[in-house]
Amino acid sequence: MIQKLPVQERRIVYKHVDEEGYTNDIECYLKNGGYEVMKKAYQAQPEDLRQEVLNSGLKGRGGAGFPTGMKWKFVDHKSGKPIYLICNADESEPGTFKDRQLIYQDPHQLIEGMMISAFANNCAQAFIYIRGEFINGARILENAIEEARAKNFLGDDVLGSGYSCEITVCRGAGAYICGEETGLIESLEGKRGYPRVKPPYFPAVLGLYQCPTIVNNVETLCQVKHVIDMGGDEFAKIGVKGDSGTHIWGVSGHVQRPGYYEIEAGACTFGDLLHDFCGGPLPGRQFKALIPGGSSTKVLKWGEKFKVKHPNDGQEYEWGVEDIPLDAISIGLCGTFLGTGGSIVMDDSTDMLEALANLNAFYGHESCGQCTPCREGSLWLEKLSGRMTSGKARPEDVPLLKDIADQVAGRTICAHGEAVAWPVQSAVPKFQDEYLDKISKQASGQRYNPAGYPLI
Amino acid sequence: MPEDASKLVNINIDGQDYKVPAGMNMVDAASYCGVEIPHYCYHPKLTVAGNCRMCLVEMGTPMRDRSTGEPVLDENGVQKIGWMPKPAIACASNATPGLHIRTNSDLTKACRTGVMEFLLVNHPLDCPICDQAGECRLQEFATDYGRGYSRFVEEKNVKPKRTVLGPRVILDDERCILCSRCVRFTEEIDENPVLGFTQRGSHSTLTCYPGQELDSNYSLNTVDICPVGALTSTDFRFKMRVWFLKPVNSICTESSAGVNTEVWSREGKIYRITPRRNDAVNDTWMADSGRALYKQVEAESRMKLPRISGNQVSLAEAIERAAELIKSGPTAYVASGKLSVEEQFLLGKLAKVKPGSVYFVDHSREGDSRLISEDATPNLRGGLVTGLISELPGERLDALADALKAGEVKTVVSFGENLINAGIGPELLKKTDLVYLGTHRNDTTDLARVLIPTLTVFEKAGSFINRQFRLQRFLQAVPGLAGLLPDVVVLTRILGDISGDKTPDPSMTELWAEIAQAIPALKDLSFAKIGDSGVELDGSAYDNLPFHEKPGWHYEPKLEPATTSGSSF
Repeated sequence: MIQKLPVQERRIVYKHVDEEGYTNDIECYLKNGGYEVMKKAYQAQPEDLRQEVLNSGLKGRGGAGFPTGMKWKFVDHKSGKPIYLICNADESEPGTFKDRQLIYQDPHQLIEGMMISAFANNCAQAFIYIRGEFINGARILENAIEEARAKNFLGDDVLGSGYSCEITVCRGAGAYICGEETGLIESLEGKRGYPRVKPPYFPAVLGLYQCPTIVNNVETLCQVKHVIDMGGDEFAKIGVKGDSGTHIWGVSGHVQRPGYYEIEAGACTFGDLLHDFCGGPLPGRQFKALIPGGSSTKVLKWGEKFKVKHPNDGQEYEWGVEDIPLDAISIGLCGTFLGTGGSIVMDDSTDMLEALANLNAFYGHESCGQCTPCREGSLWLEKLSGRMTSGKARPEDVPLLKDIADQVAGRTICAHGEAVAWPVQSAVPKFQDEYLDKISKQASGQRYNPAGYPLI
Repeated sequence: MPEDASKLVNINIDGQDYKVPAGMNMVDAASYCGVEIPHYCYHPKLTVAGNCRMCLVEMGTPMRDRSTGEPVLDENGVQKIGWMPKPAIACASNATPGLHIRTNSDLTKACRTGVMEFLLVNHPLDCPICDQAGECRLQEFATDYGRGYSRFVEEKNVKPKRTVLGPRVILDDERCILCSRCVRFTEEIDENPVLGFTQRGSHSTLTCYPGQELDSNYSLNTVDICPVGALTSTDFRFKMRVWFLKPVNSICTESSAGVNTEVWSREGKIYRITPRRNDAVNDTWMADSGRALYKQVEAESRMKLPRISGNQVSLAEAIERAAELIKSGPTAYVASGKLSVEEQFLLGKLAKVKPGSVYFVDHSREGDSRLISEDATPNLRGGLVTGLISELPGERLDALADALKAGEVKTVVSFGENLINAGIGPELLKKTDLVYLGTHRNDTTDLARVLIPTLTVFEKAGSFINRQFRLQRFLQAVPGLAGLLPDVVVLTRILGDISGDKTPDPSMTELWAEIAQAIPALKDLSFAKIGDSGVELDGSAYDNLPFHEKPGWHYEPKLEPATTSGSSF
């Protein structure tokens, strides 16, 4: 069943992104059939809508890939407290730029998706938590909300259904950790964005203001609109078993045509994506490494072979990086994650130690500082790899990098610990020969230049 | 504490089965079973933050089939344990039936080694000059669980070294391990949230909010709960290495709350007072003002020499003269809740041998609805239980003044009470044979015929009955001043002089044998039986008295409190 399909995009949520003449105002949206799905959805029962989403197999698009229908199922409807819906628009994972297009170019799709989701979950109030740097994005959303309110698509007694819900835009203050759902909730409550300890603070039970809360990614909420439009079972037919729908691949780095491509899950491979969509490597270069889904996912190295037994068809495959099908199941089999689909491509001109130091600097800077392993481990990694790239590395620093990362992963309050550790844990074994080569060259006073390309 | 302590559940620690109260926090539950789970941020009286990660253990629960809910059994018919793939923090779990933890597995050990290493990478090597050294969790756990050497060769973070947070607390930010205990204390217990973190990640810095300071009367509790040497007491800072200090259990005399304390001394000199945990009285807290009370021991106004009409005499002479004056009478006795139960008992005996009215002076003032009650004496209820008084005292001694004017009373024995403050004028006092037993000089002491200096609470042993009718004992922390004797000895000798029946100075055991026999409310008790956490007495006989105390921590008045008088606190 995993086979090469003719390579083509399948744009569902990105249908109107970059479309000639398409604007982000409500008139344009309505002209293109906007809010029709919502009108249909509001005729249905909320629990039926939730069932459709569960049937669709839609997985969260924020990086963790948790099934959306399950997340909704966990929500405590019996507590008597209000239920909140939060749209996580704090897109800040390095290499990821998919939600931005939706917010800037098609904000009404998000609002429609949110109003359907809010109705399906009986939410009393919805929020969009948007990263502080998206200043125009916040303005566009606020403007879109006003337009929608004028047409009674949100606010009091929406479309005469008797259901009322407001959407409030809240801007973050520039912290990566506020993209973690409980950190986001704390920030939305006006506190420091410290992720909460789980258990007991699962958002579905004790979320915003200790009320049941759903936090979904921008793209997820946009997908919900299409799930309801098509029907869950129909949506589940897109993609592969265990990963339905489409993924937006935001490719950046050393390719001819970096950009975003919405592709049906499993419809093609990394090779197709990088060569056919992105035009292959820069002239005269060769691919060297790939971070598949946002900077915290484990790095893949060209030349690696992955022997996998695929659960969907029971067959065994031997894949190189370019053979891996673009679905969460297959990528997961290769020891990494689909994540957000923000792929960072590095070719043979890249100094992998510099690349690692860059990531470590980011995670060291963004650790919230709440729990010990992440707080101290991330800064230690930053200092250590910073020293290593400044020509003062010792060979024993290479295993030390991995040792530190091993002491972080799995021992922290939130997944930032994994985000800190995974790049190091995956890169060190794969590229340690290169690191040691660089260290020995630097020790003997030589300049290190991996493939002889002019250094930028 | 667990919600229903009577309900026990089975848990398993390192393969060993134990019974613990249901719902008990697993850190406490392990300690209850004698297994240490090291921790920094967890504190039994604060909410769980789960940030230090030192208490990571392997955790598992009995497996149940997801669809049927039936227990999953192994080949021996025993329910299988589903171990979590990742280590979990013990402090965020409560004891539930069948919970399994591993505190000595390789993974658990690796977690502790890792966390210890991380905590130390940016921690300064201040131990030689750090006040916390010797009672520092970081030192203890580094020894127990640390690697023993450092792999960190980078530069350490630099942070402020001496931030004045408030009048009594100084912060060394470099030592801070960001456990947030102090932040949670100011928020949850003190309800004065002035502390917080600025910056991010390893650069996080504990600070006071701009324009505010940590000036609450409970600020020094943050120093107590700080697991490292970051928060230091301005008073104690750099004064003494803690391993030289000897802690002695005592009771705070600041008010009738009866806060349990430890008095830390070396070579007869007290260096600090810290709270001692008693979940029925003060939890683990104490007011700052109570910690300063040790200064009365070496205060300028401390009386050191017995006097008769202003002339220095030996203690024996003073006691003899006092007995003569009391005997010649007619005599009245003035005391208060400042006396211990034992002293009050002996005063009761004295008032029987040489009959005279016993007056109590009220020392009420404003409280703080916490651990400083409206009654500024620690043992007013002792006066009730020993039968010295049957009603609440007033703050003025007008009846005594009238009796003195009318010549019905000639000798007055004051047990540390400033009679001038209580409304007996100096002119009247000059005409009175005043015997004064007390520790510090005041207006009245200069007018005493016989002045017998006595010992402070730190220099003697005894017991108090606090506002909850809880009998609690204090032990002698430092030797008394040279040439002086404990009040109970002085009273016994005066009694012997008057009755002519001289007995040896009583030990606490002997005194309590007598007390237990004489006072029905204290029968079956002994000084040893009071123990470190005290004994709750039945105070229902006094339910109808309008005590001054308003509600406070662990205290609810039975009646609407009487209005307080006196100076404001």
